[in-house]
Amino acid sequence: MPETHPAHAHQFETPEQQYEVSTLGMWAFLVTEIMFFGGLFAGFIVYVTFYAQGFAEGSRHLDITLGTVNTLVLLGSSLTMAMAVHSAQLGRRSRLLIFLALTLALGLVFLGIKGVEYSHKFHEHLVPGPSFRFDSALAQNVQLFFSFYFAMTGMHALHMIVGAGLLIWLMVGTARGRFSTEYFTPVEVTGLYWHFVDIVWIFLFPTLYLVARHQ
Amino acid sequence: MTHPIVPVRLYVLIFGALVALTVLTVLASLYDLGGGRLHYANAIVAVTIAVTKAALVVLYFMHLRYSPRLTWVFLGAGAFWMVILLVLVMADFLTRSWLPIATWGG
Repeated sequence: MPETHPAHAHQFETPEQQYEVSTLGMWAFLVTEIMFFGGLFAGFIVYVTFYAQGFAEGSRHLDITLGTVNTLVLLGSSLTMAMAVHSAQLGRRSRLLIFLALTLALGLVFLGIKGVEYSHKFHEHLVPGPSFRFDSALAQNVQLFFSFYFAMTGMHALHMIVGAGLLIWLMVGTARGRFSTEYFTPVEVTGLYWHFVDIVWIFLFPTLYLVARHQ
Repeated sequence: MTHPIVPVRLYVLIFGALVALTVLTVLASLYDLGGGRLHYANAIVAVTIAVTKAALVVLYFMHLRYSPRLTWVFLGAGAFWMVILLVLVMADFLTRSWLPIATWGG
């Protein structure tokens, strides 16, 4: 597409139709993402049923404080993302830029805290593989828990990194004046993706961190 | 464009609700809500809170409430297949022990 956007591309009747097609396309992609993460959750639920005790021991080794803080950070980033879309709707460019930057910053804080947690797990030999050490009869089951932990949070973090890239792309576009009250579809669509990644974490957090705190 | 602009106050209100529900789910996880008898009580509470939070994000942050019905159909299809995935998988694994056939897993 050229830098100066026509109100809509030639195959659409109206800008409205183009906007709805774009957002629906993102929703279709997000449905495939539900199935993708759904497979991981289904696997986790099967094994947490069979190896409840081992998974409980593993879960209690996660840092509930860092997990809670990260949840709040990510919810905050969803608020700033919603505010970014809001600014785009009103055509307020500098405010859009600020909220995109805030969203990116909160996303990076989340990834930073995740990195701290991962490094703790490496130091405590809780990463599955040859260096895994856990002093318990259920060590094998605990190792399986941590396989799920790293697979699920790792895939989630990968989605966050993609989202961060999209935010940078939006910020460049905003600075170049690509968006207007007539055309801000990329902001809205990226927002949908960002909120979805937030929702995945909303389910990951209780599944991994809180599953066995009451025992 | 004709898309309704969600007021900032509503966004902040939703964010406040999400924070409150996060605190609630952490606190609820610390207590045995089933009184030692209802095995899945904590899990049910945690999932209910998570679904509520997800619904708030989807309806307001993702504008589903203001979106065409077709968007609802797409998300509904995703949720429906997700339920099939989880229910049928667990209908298999949870009932295996009912049959006198040796031995899988545990």
